[in-house]
Amino acid sequence: MKFTEEHEWLRAEGDDVVVVGITAHAATQLGDVVFVELPEIETMVAAGDEAVVIESVKAASDILAPVDGEIIAVNTKLVDNPGLVNEDPLQAWFFKIRVDDLAVIDEFMDEDEYADLIG
Amino acid sequence: MQDDLLKLGLDGLHRAWGGRMVPFAGYDMPVQYADGVLKEHLATRAGAGLFDVSHMGQVILRPKTSLAELCLAFESLVPADVLDLGVGRQRYGLFTDAKGGILDDLMFANRGDHLFVVVNAACKAADIAHMKAHLSAVAEVLPQDRALLALQGPGAEAILDTMAPGAAKLRFMDVAYLDWDGVELWVSRSGYTGEDGYEISLPQARAEAFARALVTAGAQPIGLGARDSLRLEAGLCLYGHDIDRTTSPIEAALSWAIPKSRRKGGEREGGFPGAERILREIELGPERLRVGLAPEGRAPMREGVELFQGSDPVGRITSGGFGPSVAAPIAMGYVPLALSKPGTRLEAELRGKRLPVTVTTLPFHPTTYKR
Repeated sequence: MKFTEEHEWLRAEGDDVVVVGITAHAATQLGDVVFVELPEIETMVAAGDEAVVIESVKAASDILAPVDGEIIAVNTKLVDNPGLVNEDPLQAWFFKIRVDDLAVIDEFMDEDEYADLIG
Repeated sequence: MQDDLLKLGLDGLHRAWGGRMVPFAGYDMPVQYADGVLKEHLATRAGAGLFDVSHMGQVILRPKTSLAELCLAFESLVPADVLDLGVGRQRYGLFTDAKGGILDDLMFANRGDHLFVVVNAACKAADIAHMKAHLSAVAEVLPQDRALLALQGPGAEAILDTMAPGAAKLRFMDVAYLDWDGVELWVSRSGYTGEDGYEISLPQARAEAFARALVTAGAQPIGLGARDSLRLEAGLCLYGHDIDRTTSPIEAALSWAIPKSRRKGGEREGGFPGAERILREIELGPERLRVGLAPEGRAPMREGVELFQGSDPVGRITSGGFGPSVAAPIAMGYVPLALSKPGTRLEAELRGKRLPVTVTTLPFHPTTYKR
């Protein structure tokens, strides 16, 4: 599993798919999540594009697409039950992106590096 | 981290309890504890929540000659009935300005030989200056450095009455001196959550022991986050957001706080700052009104979101978020009087999209005051 500076986790699936969620640290910082708006399937996104709107009891924030690719699946369970993000952030994936080359995720932090980042 | 933030007397206790501290009204305050806003909110509605509101201003007004003279002078600042307020009773009031705007909202109590006033933290310096400027001829204005704790929820009565006998006998908006472990508590049966409960003022030196005893007795510490969602569900205004100098009490749907005696034809009609506008608005209706708003769907609509009817901008949300007890987004805001009827459908612009909202009655969650 890899981690971004925006506190997302990335998990490779198969040959060309990246699964994206947010870390436990991010979920704790956000507070109780009460609303999730997911992207449309088959949308092409570029790294840095806003992909998801997430609202906690405190504020709205965005989850950015970490890499270029096509959104091929979204976790609609989160729309009906946004609290899943707080209950089990590593299971509560938001979307899956099909990428040209899975090597794009190599540049991101590994678990130790991410642990250093959040101190 | 801001260095100039004021610390609450119970700062160390909040940290020991796992409070996440944020700046609020110049103070370092717990926004939540380990449980988080949702659980803290629901725990207050189900049991008893303990809130540290020591940042608020507590002021004794001690009359120089007679309480009646002070009450009349206080009526020159607040469109309320102060003169006829019984001993041991408290009321909600507003400091208004010459244009009929709201300088602050407050609680004032008749404690027999003086008035006790509680004002908002962000306004307290200005409020104290305001009272000194206008009341010094008839009263000493004495700010109190005491802790102020709110115990709110259906479990509050049993907890406080066990610790400080007599609490259960109080009705909503009664005030009394009660004893806990040799400490004189200044207790009022009131709060800002929509729940039954108490606000308790006591010396800083004994506040930590008292707060710990409340928690041992079953109260749960609750942060500012849940305080905000609780008061929003109760339809109560947050000064600086839902009310301020640009809103009149009538626009803010607070005309219930202005009794007949101060209205047109009353025994002590007018005589407060902004009376001309405020009395006119009572008679003819305000141009706009604070209303409850129920967004359709799950997306919270927060302060600043613009409201539309068709293509016309018609108002703005002043407070909004997710209501944990109603399990839906809720909001308050101002709309033109003609659009203020419950059931009126409007649209709100959220992230570039127009989403339906319906004007609704307040509160969103029924209040449970012990009247």
